[in-house]
Amino acid sequence: MSVFGNIGNYIRESQIWGSVFRHGIPRDRRTRAMAVLSNVFLHLHPVAVRKSGIRLSFTWCMGGLTFFLFLAETITGVLLMFYYRPVVEYAYNDIIQLRAHVTLGLLREIHRWGAHAMVIAIWLHMLRVFLTGSYKPPREFNWGVGVILLKLTLLLSFTGYLLPWDQLAIWAITVGSNMARATPVLGHEGPGAAAMMIGDVPLIHAGSDARFLLLAGTSVGPGALLRFYVLHCIFIPLVVLVLIAVHFWRIRKDGGISGPL
Amino acid sequence: MLKQAIMNGLNTLVLAAASDGGLGGAIKDLLNRASVPQIFVPLMAIGLIVALLTYRVWTKPKIAGLLGLGFIGFYLWSATDENFFKIIVKPDNVPITIMLTAMAIVTWVAFRQAAINDRRIERGEPLIESGADDKVLVWPDLVYTEMICLVLCTIALVVWAILLKAPLEPAANPTNIPNPSKAPWYFLGLQELLVYFDPWIAGVLLPGFIILGLVALPYIDKNPRGNGYYTFSQRKMVIWVFMFGWIILWVALIVLGTFLRGPNWNIFGPYETWDAHRPAALLNVNVSDLFWVVLPEKTGLWNPGLPKEPMWGLPTWLVREGPGLMVLGAYFFILPVVLAKSVCAKLYKDLGLIRYAVFWLLMSWMILVPIKMVLRWLFNLKYFVAITEYFFNI
Ligand code: HEM
Repeated sequence: MSVFGNIGNYIRESQIWGSVFRHGIPRDRRTRAMAVLSNVFLHLHPVAVRKSGIRLSFTWCMGGLTFFLFLAETITGVLLMFYYRPVVEYAYNDIIQLRAHVTLGLLREIHRWGAHAMVIAIWLHMLRVFLTGSYKPPREFNWGVGVILLKLTLLLSFTGYLLPWDQLAIWAITVGSNMARATPVLGHEGPGAAAMMIGDVPLIHAGSDARFLLLAGTSVGPGALLRFYVLHCIFIPLVVLVLIAVHFWRIRKDGGISGPL
Repeated sequence: MLKQAIMNGLNTLVLAAASDGGLGGAIKDLLNRASVPQIFVPLMAIGLIVALLTYRVWTKPKIAGLLGLGFIGFYLWSATDENFFKIIVKPDNVPITIMLTAMAIVTWVAFRQAAINDRRIERGEPLIESGADDKVLVWPDLVYTEMICLVLCTIALVVWAILLKAPLEPAANPTNIPNPSKAPWYFLGLQELLVYFDPWIAGVLLPGFIILGLVALPYIDKNPRGNGYYTFSQRKMVIWVFMFGWIILWVALIVLGTFLRGPNWNIFGPYETWDAHRPAALLNVNVSDLFWVVLPEKTGLWNPGLPKEPMWGLPTWLVREGPGLMVLGAYFFILPVVLAKSVCAKLYKDLGLIRYAVFWLLMSWMILVPIKMVLRWLFNLKYFVAITEYFFNI
């Protein structure tokens, strides 16, 4: 046996290796099943799947791609957080500095295009789930989880759009958040808001309505930047992560990738 | 109006082909004219209808390939135009081109398989996806596929990032409003709806109904067939509705909003320069104007003029907007009942009262969008109901 083979055997028979991988090399049915069952990440999968279900032409790999992009965004996002401060005085400059001085300044590009790609991937994922009728029983609930994920993905993109604090950012967010002003009952220019009175005191005004809640002010300013930052970096990703876990779990519990009965 | 536009277009095409701009110039001119929503949106809708009716034909690999090549050729040729080029290479617009391409490909993949499956169903043969017992082990089959996808996607993303710089405009300046101000591209369909609806509808109600509608879909679509495989013939109605919403009301409006809307939210053809000095749009009218002013002017039944004070013990706004409220009331509440007793009797029986009511709540709002668009284009209709006092305008 070659030297490498010997070394390889030595490693694989060591206590360290054995403690990490509790099965032999996945060469036969049993060890392959073990490989999946004994790994928490691979265990997201069942041991065996329908052949037709994993064809590229059936799923277009779009759910997987969305997940991949979510991970890529998480990693690049954490790195970006090292360089970025969500304060009006610093934010824009930090982005310029990032571009000019940081090795791998490419981070921002990857993060931005990854975000756009994730929006596209999730739309196409939904389209394929729709066109294969995979939302039908028993998968109604998981489809619903998906719709919430879709909304959260759009919100992730939207909140991130503000952070560079350039003209593109604040005006896009201004256009978007102006809608909140018109929320029925809860926006100060929404239908029904005028009815929300205690005696003569209006409950809903520019300083207390849905847009104010979102922006921490009546226009896109420092408060909005901080709020969007926290939503973008912490709150929404956490919720998305939890929902993705539910989503994947339910795929298995609902009988794996759908197929004709 | 459409006919006139087409005639105009054909005329210019013939004239221009004979003169200096050449055929290319003439085609651009024609497409510039076709970019106004009242032509662009109906053309898209017609395209979708034709595509769905002939899905067995155009999905054949050869025809689809030709269509694809034709479209790529057209896109490249268009990109030689300065104005068109400027729009599509705006960094944040590049994803739209990518989305449209990806969408075209997957839509073809889906409808191709649907066409094959539908034929097989007719002949009683097994489906592409059949063979449920055909299981493979996740390790290695799936895990390796995933691994390869992961590497390829990482490479693709890095290459994209190297080739295209992320945009960074001048620092935020709250006093300098860019014209036009646009939301991120994936929301531009909704922003486009602001042309037709007030923000509380375009920005709050409709997005809410989209989410509600999607969540409700599996509970409303009671058709047990077509679960887990591509088919069109077994799920005709739901696919028609969904594709109309997705392609026309979402994607086409995004394209319109990003590529064709310029300063002052005016329409600019793909080959036109964005000129900020276009005159503003026409005056719009409400249903109340039509009923209280235009109608009596034409017929002489009563004195033209909007009601200015309370009448019959009703507040002014209620009298003024009465006609519009009645129209909408009939649309939202009476029409579904009439339909349930006639055309949709079978649907009503299948769904039951609650599902049917939710279905119509969602459908009426979805259909109201194109209705309002058409009425705007034809009659400059602004509001069915304009209770401006309470921000309640529909
Ligand atoms: C963060 C977002 C999402 C991630 C990471 C994700 C991931 C996945 C993955 C990996 C699968 C396995 C099959 C495939 O790749 O197609 C899947 C299946 C599924 N997804 Fe998603 N998804 C997301 C969003 C959505 C959305 C927006 C919807 C629908 C509105 C949805 C509905 C479903 C359903 C119903 C299935 C089961 C399909 C079947 O069994 O054939 N998901 N998802």
